[in-house]
Amino acid sequence: MSLTAEPTLFEKTSPGRRGVIPPQENTGLNWRDEVAAELVSEKPPELPELSELEVMRHFVRLSQLNYGIDTTMYPLGSCTMKYNPRINEVTARLPGFARLHPMQSEDTAQGALEMMYHLQNHLAEITGMDGITLQPAAGAQGELTALLMVAAYYRKRGEDQRKVVVVPDSSHGTNPASAALAGFDVVTVPSNANGDVDLEALKPHLNEKLACLMLTNPSTLGLFENGIQTIAKGVHEAGGLLYYDGANMNALLGNARPGDMGFDLVHLNLHKTFSTPHGGGGPGAGPVGARGELVKYLPAPVVDRVDGKFRFFKPENSIGRIRTFWGNFLVLVRAYTYIRYHGPQGLKEVGEGAVLAANYLLSRLKGHYEVAYDRTCMHEFVLTARTSKKEKNVKAMDIAKRLLDYGYYAPTVYFPLIVEEALMIEPTETESLETLNRFADTMLKIAEEDPDLVRSAPHSTPVSRLDEVRAARKPVLRWEEGLS
Amino acid sequence: MNYVPHTAGDRQKMLASIGKQEVSELFDSIPPGARLTRALNLPEQLSEYEVALHLEELASKNMVPSRLSFLGAGAYRHFVPAVVDTIIQRSEFMTAYTPYQPEVSQGTLQSIFEFQTMMCNLTGMDVCNASVYDGGCAAVDAVFMALSISGRHKVVVSEGLHPQTRELLRTYIDTHAGELIEAPLQDGRTVWPELNDEVACTLFQTPNFLGVIEDGAALCARTKEAGAIPVVSVGDPCSLAVLKRPGDFGGEIVVGDAQPIGLPLSYGGPYAGFVACKKQHMRRIPGRLCGMTVDSQGRRGFCLTLQAREQHIRRDKAFSNICTNQGLCALAVTVYLALLGPQGLKEVADASANLAHYFKKQVASLDGYKLVLNQPFFHEVLVECPGSAEALLKTLEGRGIVGGYLVEKDYPQYKNCLLFCFTEANGKAAVDELVNALQHAHRPLEGATRS
Amino acid sequence: MIPEELRYTEEHEWVRLQGDVAEIGITHFAQDQLGDIVFVELPAVGFKLQTGKRFGVVESVKTVSELYSPVDGEVVEINSVLSQDSDQFDPEAVNREPYGAGWMIKAKVADPGAVSKLLDAKGYASHTEGH
Repeated sequence: MSLTAEPTLFEKTSPGRRGVIPPQENTGLNWRDEVAAELVSEKPPELPELSELEVMRHFVRLSQLNYGIDTTMYPLGSCTMKYNPRINEVTARLPGFARLHPMQSEDTAQGALEMMYHLQNHLAEITGMDGITLQPAAGAQGELTALLMVAAYYRKRGEDQRKVVVVPDSSHGTNPASAALAGFDVVTVPSNANGDVDLEALKPHLNEKLACLMLTNPSTLGLFENGIQTIAKGVHEAGGLLYYDGANMNALLGNARPGDMGFDLVHLNLHKTFSTPHGGGGPGAGPVGARGELVKYLPAPVVDRVDGKFRFFKPENSIGRIRTFWGNFLVLVRAYTYIRYHGPQGLKEVGEGAVLAANYLLSRLKGHYEVAYDRTCMHEFVLTARTSKKEKNVKAMDIAKRLLDYGYYAPTVYFPLIVEEALMIEPTETESLETLNRFADTMLKIAEEDPDLVRSAPHSTPVSRLDEVRAARKPVLRWEEGLS
Repeated sequence: MNYVPHTAGDRQKMLASIGKQEVSELFDSIPPGARLTRALNLPEQLSEYEVALHLEELASKNMVPSRLSFLGAGAYRHFVPAVVDTIIQRSEFMTAYTPYQPEVSQGTLQSIFEFQTMMCNLTGMDVCNASVYDGGCAAVDAVFMALSISGRHKVVVSEGLHPQTRELLRTYIDTHAGELIEAPLQDGRTVWPELNDEVACTLFQTPNFLGVIEDGAALCARTKEAGAIPVVSVGDPCSLAVLKRPGDFGGEIVVGDAQPIGLPLSYGGPYAGFVACKKQHMRRIPGRLCGMTVDSQGRRGFCLTLQAREQHIRRDKAFSNICTNQGLCALAVTVYLALLGPQGLKEVADASANLAHYFKKQVASLDGYKLVLNQPFFHEVLVECPGSAEALLKTLEGRGIVGGYLVEKDYPQYKNCLLFCFTEANGKAAVDELVNALQHAHRPLEGATRS
Repeated sequence: MIPEELRYTEEHEWVRLQGDVAEIGITHFAQDQLGDIVFVELPAVGFKLQTGKRFGVVESVKTVSELYSPVDGEVVEINSVLSQDSDQFDPEAVNREPYGAGWMIKAKVADPGAVSKLLDAKGYASHTEGH
């Protein structure tokens, strides 16, 4: 692996050099003759000039500066960094999908609509919902979609006073951000000593102002919410709705369904549970499911089958369109491929494998690291470096950085916010026993290492810790002449 | 089938270490009523071979002509070099997550920095984010930015903005207590109504949905006179290689979808929206930003920056709830622009515009067809058809031709009009074939014996 | 560490009253809790301050915190080193000299007498004890 820095494209440019030459056509005319000169630019765009091979090498070298699932274990909690099967990439690149224009008539896109129709049904079955929209581009957009549905639902019922969305203090930052964006007042409730929602603290909010309670289950602590049935009953009796943040659905696949626990709305992250690649931060997909009356509020359009043909249609009380076109379609193709490959039995084994791997890793680390909540975990667990910080001045971030030196990506750190010095570890079902053992051995070794060595890690990565203060105080967000 | 590597022996060892007998015991914290006791009602598993065949069968039901597609309307089919897909399938790019650990994510981070730079250069802006979901969502984000910066509440939107983007604005605007005002087109071009000190921003698209190149300088100047922020949505970003850039004619926030410069049509997604702006609005831009800095040994490096704007820090006070960007799509765009370079991108734009102008000349001479607008245009042409445009589209489909776009769905004033789009991926011969098909389409007998 | 001549809020702002003009900033304790400050968002001159109401935001690399006005009044000046467009842009001043070069705004105060009702140095010291 080459660990030397790669110059930017702009430092490698050679005036006049060409990379790929696009197809040319001589029509015998020049469009500029028909357009006013002040609309046209005579100056060529400022882009780098490189040969095809130079471009290829540039990006291959850049890629070598990254860790990915294919190169190493990626125990990033709440992100479900499981193996991304390559058959998904093959099916997503079938010309019949990849070259299909979104504005084509439904008659000429029946294969695409048929796939979407089946995927809607499969996701509804997996979550225990009655209807699904495939449109949201990511989990956060799914959350916002669902909350707009909640708002529309109450408006229709004449319950405009329901303005409060409750989130636990362990929730993802997107939950309160989405709720605020959808116009709700956000109330945070604390967790109890067991890591569950504090039912006593929740009670005062179960009233006529409650619109929705947003829960991640298993929670971001990796724990199944013990009081879920009590919570569901309380929320519903108060006339509120229960929302399922599906970030951690991988644990439950085939073993439990949000719908059976009393959730009214869910979002799923296809890029987590259903193995579509994270791509360095997207694209993802965040389908939303709804039960009962709420199905009528799903964004438009959804796919239905009418007289043997697949058609788009707008649900009766739809909140309208939430993005352009029909969703991150090629991400949907990948997730559909994954579901068909697994079938019901395969998916159940995924959930079981994920929970088994996490509990095994936890059993190996317990006693060497402090566990935030010492219970049987689901697909992930949270350690805390608070004692290590106090006694050795070795923080969660230091341990995370030291793991990079050993060739592993780092766990999620400093989240959930309620655990001091948190290290959140999710191995996923696709890591073998041998890999889990090697990772555990490395963690044990780090626990014994010289604190100075750990504090100054990483030592063997392409760059060491970056000056984020400088980056934020004097932001350099684009290349310009004179930079170095 | 699954990708779980644990053998029966492995499972026994793991359970022994945990202190359990059965895997199912690990799920005991789920109350009985919430536990699924039956198998999911899904089709049975398939082998990799079978699943590939099944998907191939579905894909084959879609019509995807290689040259004979003349649909644009917000998604544009340009040639994408082979290197683009090769690079985005590199394991280290494709299977990485958001670059939270910059020390082992420099590849992703530097490519984002290069994306930001090239998008700034193309639009004439100072700052561009690392991409957002799509062009429509980018426009919504820009409007929210403008509402927040200005403290005003009215948003004046051109009818030439993509109809779906206008639908999005209607879905989201209430969440920010904004008021939308649509400015109608006159002969296909935007004319602002009276703008007063309640207007936060104006938003127009160029080339607009009907293909017309707007008079951006005049529209931005009028906007600024009212103390409002001019937001410009870019039609097909390849046009930025040959048309005046929004930054040159007064735009302060520029949005669009980068799909046409490096991404396949993909039935509408995933694409890569972008929001770019002038420096004074930098702290309000939504989404991820990558910055250049140094490491603890003084070496150049890149990291995500200005994160205090984002949801994981601000939670319910964040400017946007965006969590991810469209990383791999933005990478495809970066590779595409590096491969094409200034000359290549200009040639793409020129070839597209020339074919459209060539078509215009041909179609104008056909009996019964009329050019609807008398305005400068880029690579889309609005044509009024003799008789039902919907029926004409069916006839064309029968001949293996896809498009144009039936605009009367969104613009009732343009009844029986089709919007045809041309790019270098069509070629002159395909345009000739389209013209021939149009000529004969409303005379079925002659059409059946076309040469 | 806590200047005797200033007045304080429980939200960690300080006030230096000179005649009817109050200089306002955040305390040493606050800047220490925030860590490296990278940006301060301040209102424009003329902004009407209300006691206990938000007038700005201070950002460090990993966190943000809102600024609450200790007084009723009108902003008459903002510290130019906290303006990102300034050549002297230096948000670190808040970390370095929270009671000096890192001041944030000056405001013409509606009721100067109200300032004396804020915490004094001793009161603020006991407020931050145990943190």
